[in-house]
Amino acid sequence: MNSLWRMKSYLRPYAVRLILIWLPSLGAVGIGIVIPLVGKEIIDGPVARGDTGALLPLSLLALALGVLEALFVLLRRWFLADAVLGLETSIRDDLYQHLQRLPMSFHGSWQSGQLLSRATTDLSTIRRFLGFGLLFLVLITLQIITVTWLLLQMYWPLGLLVVASVVPVLVTSLNFERQYITISRRVQDQQGDLATVVEESAAGIRTIKAYGRRRYVFGTFDEGALKVYETSMEKVRLSARFFTFLEVIPNITLALVLLLGALAVGSGSLTTGSLVAFTTLMLQLVWPISALGFILTMGQEAMTAADRVMEVLDTEPEIVGGTGVIENPRGHLRFEGAEFRFPGAAEPVLRDVWLEVRPGETVAIVGATGSGKTTLTALVPRLYDVSAGRVTIDGHDVRDLSLPALRSMVATAFEEPTLFSMSVRENLTLGRHDATEEEIAEAVRIAQAGFVHRLPWGLETRIGEQGMSLSGGQRQRLALARAVLSRPRILVLDDTLSALDVETEALVEEALRHVLRDATGIVVAHRASTVLLADKVALLLDGTIAHVGHHHELLASVPEYRALLSSDPDIEEAVR
Amino acid sequence: MSQTRAEAENEAENAENAGNKTGPATGAEAETKTGTDAEIGEQDWRGVAAEDQDELSEQVSFLLRSRSRRLLGDLLRPYRREIILLVAVIVLSNVAALSIPYLIKVGIDSGIPPMLAGKEPTTLVTVVAVILTAAITQAVTRMVFLRMAGRIGQNILLELRRRVFDHFQKLSLSFHDNYTSGRVVSRLTSDIDAISEMLQSGFDGLVTAVLTLVGTAVLLLVLDVPLGLVALLPLPILLLFTRWFRRQSSLIYRRTRETVALVIVHFVESMTGMRAVQAFRREPRNQAIFSQLNVDYRDANKQSMQLIAVFMPGVKLIGNVTIAVVLFYGGWRHIDGHIEIGVLAAFLLYLRQFYEPMQEISQFYNTFQSAGAALEKLSGVLEERPEVAEPRDPVALERPRGEVRFEAVEFSYLDGTPVLPRMELTVPAGQTVALVGTTGAGKTTLAKLVARFYDPVAGRVLLDGVDLRDLGEDTLRKAVVLVTQENFLFSGSVADNILFGRPGSTMAEVVEAARSIGAHDFISALPEGYDTSVGKHGGRLSAGQRQLVAFARAFLADPAILILDEATSSLDVSSERLVQRAMQTILADRTALIIAHRLSTVEIADRVLVMDGGRIVEDGPPDRLIADAGRFAGLHRAWLDSISEHQGMPD
Repeated sequence: MNSLWRMKSYLRPYAVRLILIWLPSLGAVGIGIVIPLVGKEIIDGPVARGDTGALLPLSLLALALGVLEALFVLLRRWFLADAVLGLETSIRDDLYQHLQRLPMSFHGSWQSGQLLSRATTDLSTIRRFLGFGLLFLVLITLQIITVTWLLLQMYWPLGLLVVASVVPVLVTSLNFERQYITISRRVQDQQGDLATVVEESAAGIRTIKAYGRRRYVFGTFDEGALKVYETSMEKVRLSARFFTFLEVIPNITLALVLLLGALAVGSGSLTTGSLVAFTTLMLQLVWPISALGFILTMGQEAMTAADRVMEVLDTEPEIVGGTGVIENPRGHLRFEGAEFRFPGAAEPVLRDVWLEVRPGETVAIVGATGSGKTTLTALVPRLYDVSAGRVTIDGHDVRDLSLPALRSMVATAFEEPTLFSMSVRENLTLGRHDATEEEIAEAVRIAQAGFVHRLPWGLETRIGEQGMSLSGGQRQRLALARAVLSRPRILVLDDTLSALDVETEALVEEALRHVLRDATGIVVAHRASTVLLADKVALLLDGTIAHVGHHHELLASVPEYRALLSSDPDIEEAVR
Repeated sequence: MSQTRAEAENEAENAENAGNKTGPATGAEAETKTGTDAEIGEQDWRGVAAEDQDELSEQVSFLLRSRSRRLLGDLLRPYRREIILLVAVIVLSNVAALSIPYLIKVGIDSGIPPMLAGKEPTTLVTVVAVILTAAITQAVTRMVFLRMAGRIGQNILLELRRRVFDHFQKLSLSFHDNYTSGRVVSRLTSDIDAISEMLQSGFDGLVTAVLTLVGTAVLLLVLDVPLGLVALLPLPILLLFTRWFRRQSSLIYRRTRETVALVIVHFVESMTGMRAVQAFRREPRNQAIFSQLNVDYRDANKQSMQLIAVFMPGVKLIGNVTIAVVLFYGGWRHIDGHIEIGVLAAFLLYLRQFYEPMQEISQFYNTFQSAGAALEKLSGVLEERPEVAEPRDPVALERPRGEVRFEAVEFSYLDGTPVLPRMELTVPAGQTVALVGTTGAGKTTLAKLVARFYDPVAGRVLLDGVDLRDLGEDTLRKAVVLVTQENFLFSGSVADNILFGRPGSTMAEVVEAARSIGAHDFISALPEGYDTSVGKHGGRLSAGQRQLVAFARAFLADPAILILDEATSSLDVSSERLVQRAMQTILADRTALIIAHRLSTVEIADRVLVMDGGRIVEDGPPDRLIADAGRFAGLHRAWLDSISEHQGMPD
């Protein structure tokens, strides 16, 4: 309740409207109750007396009320739409904004699917409850109380009978909703599992075909499909029971109302008109009562949803920018005793890292898989923060600089390049939306990514998952062009060339030498050819920089380095 | 937690499905930029993509295309008898339900007067007893209907799931290349869900609504013709109004789906690509794009809510007006002595039932629409025939030796671009062949032809003298295994993934396979060893580790012919060396085709084929080719330079 209540500020712009909405809402409910009473008046009055003159005004009254009721419903629905959609949209905007501020450590521990369900399903649940559930909860309660009171007023024994029939419906519907939600969730879970099997069978179709495992995979799928089937059947049986119950109780009550009502008419304690009104009013109660269970459950769901949304919004970003800005940065990068450990991890990934890269200099980072090379480079643009020590640029601790200022100095071409489902141009100008055509062309040339001009719509071609698919090498070249285009003082190449074939790699390296002459460079390398882009090499061993030197020096003097980079098979024996 | 994931996946799936449909413009449109360019202009960032093939150009109505009707008939056929019974039950149920207000009329008209006259309430008691019977009959038949319809529906769904899944698995890779995995997933999730949704809510609702509508109309006329006619007078207006709503609603429904798809795609990609977003200071522009998408979605939603805000009260208005008119005219007729008071009461009760289903029918319209569209797509898939078809009379191959022969093989892709002009090649059993050449030289095509991922356009590929097209799937796959750089891992443990090579192997065999290619050490070092879960798509392992597992899998499969297409590209130098060494023993007694950019592989090959433009331009043992100073010698030198530059330099 607390989380849901905190969302009220989002409704403030619509405060007046939300208050005014109650007028038509209550009006509509009131009229809905009054119309059958007018019917009663007509039957007991003019009709019973044969008074044609009085029939017309009463009928006109019923007509006017009928029109007014429809109008009220229209007003309520129309104006509520605006307010609740406004609420949903603003929360979603804020959620997105907040998520963009949260650091990589957050995003590393949350799956995008979990975040998505908060931004879509949960917000819709909240919207539905606030826009429909809450209002109806109040209206329905009012309606039930009023109608029951009226029924009791009209003829209390019948009223009591109706009240008695309300109780089992209410209890059953609450019970049903609870069971139904549990079972629906189970179906959803199982469908999710099944979707995973489907996804893998589609993405891995080449592997399945290569081994001829069609039947084996079908077996896995069938198992999941049968589970969904079983649970769905349970759901069918549950619903069948409930809906049958929901209809049989009012019908039986109706029969009893007729019996007792007719007896009462016979004994003169009830008019025929009242009996007709009574039956109409009673039927009016069926829907609200059964809906009550549904709405209460909906409210519960909305509260959980609100908690989940707030959980994200309440997470404080750990990495917040400072205020510093470096005028005319030179790009003098220093790691000063930097340590990094993932939150909760016992062992640090990096410890006591000391490394200096002077302006214009390029350093290659070499280390075994999993030695922390990528993490080291991520410390510079503060995708992660050091847990001890510091990283400085031109003598400024990176934590003192404002994030935009810092990140405009550093650009990284990642090993696994992220392409968005957007145009090539948008993907290239990720960091510099204002880049000119010439600059784009130049970056494309340096990265040997000329293939983009040959795509069906050139730079406007959509790539990424929803567009044209590119090969690993093409993706890496785009990532490289993207990094080059943002003209950083410090350029980080995180094993960016691993998927290129030998010839292309040579061409890219040649072009990169010119770029690296002007910028400070960090190159994560697996192969000797890439290492040679650098002026010196830093060898990462056991989480720290063990050796710094020239390639051939290290090759000659450091056995571990030889093991990592030499292609001579005999050397490894020597290391062991 | 997993519930959330499932939900999110579902939403994302829907999004993907809808997203497929949202290509802002076809090529022609983008170039000419006519008409609605304002909106396209706002979405310049999305870029242009080919129009999606899933889009159905014509509106799907209740009249499905013949292939969908065939599929539907096929699915329903086993339940013919039950469906007839079902119809009987639901009619009975509705008759019982509809009779109740009528019986109340009888109760009021014939039950009350005798009592007013001071007689025994026999008639009344009888009527009440009949009402109770009707109520119970209705309850029982309804229960039977709901259960039966539910069971048939679920059986059909299960059958449809099985059929479509199996069919996708049977279809050739050339089909999958074009179709993409995203669309396969959409077919088997959101499309099936759409049909399931219809079966669960729409079907029951529609049947009940239609029966109620017809039954009520008939009853009203039976009760009193003039009053009944008056009560039914607004019906044409109501139908017109509903038709208008349906049209609007399907337009808006589509817009809502499209806009939400864009929101979801942008959201998910921003989150998964957060590293790039933050590193490149993308946040402000992302926010601007997201806000715009969010507003578009809100507007679509608003339109939809406002449409309902007009429709629902509209139906209510028609209903209320009718009630007022019936009160007036019915009262008039009673005063004139034409009808009893109970008729009026019954009319009021029936009219309530009459207008409610109308609202329901309209709500279900979207459900029907999407289920219809889903069925169209599914029947389309089921009509596809696998290009690489199973032989009618498969030839048995007891102990394949592994001799591969290409006889005048030609291959070209669908668009007619020739890849292999005409190839003659014989690889004797047991030989290790390295395929060398630039990207696009046809190496991978050659490999895929041997694995029969595709069939040649002309000529034959023979295994031990038997055309691959005459071999059954099981025989062929036991003999030939292709390992690519994709090395897909399924979620499950490391052992599960190795076992995929030969299900039913013992754990000892799995370990042995891993050991022999040098993967045992890293696997044992994992938190739970061989039982460690590899995560989605093997995400918990590094690219190199995934490749090692894929190797172990291939080794366990123990094929006569092993094809490695760039299978070592993600390994670092030391692992690659380890694998190379292992391969010398592994490949000793089998035929192997090895493709690698980095020529280290050549060291273990008996024979090198240099390819260019789909032709073999050099062929011979590596030493001889190097000595010949041809193209291969050049490549080899360049490669040596790339790995050993400065290396030989004395200190």
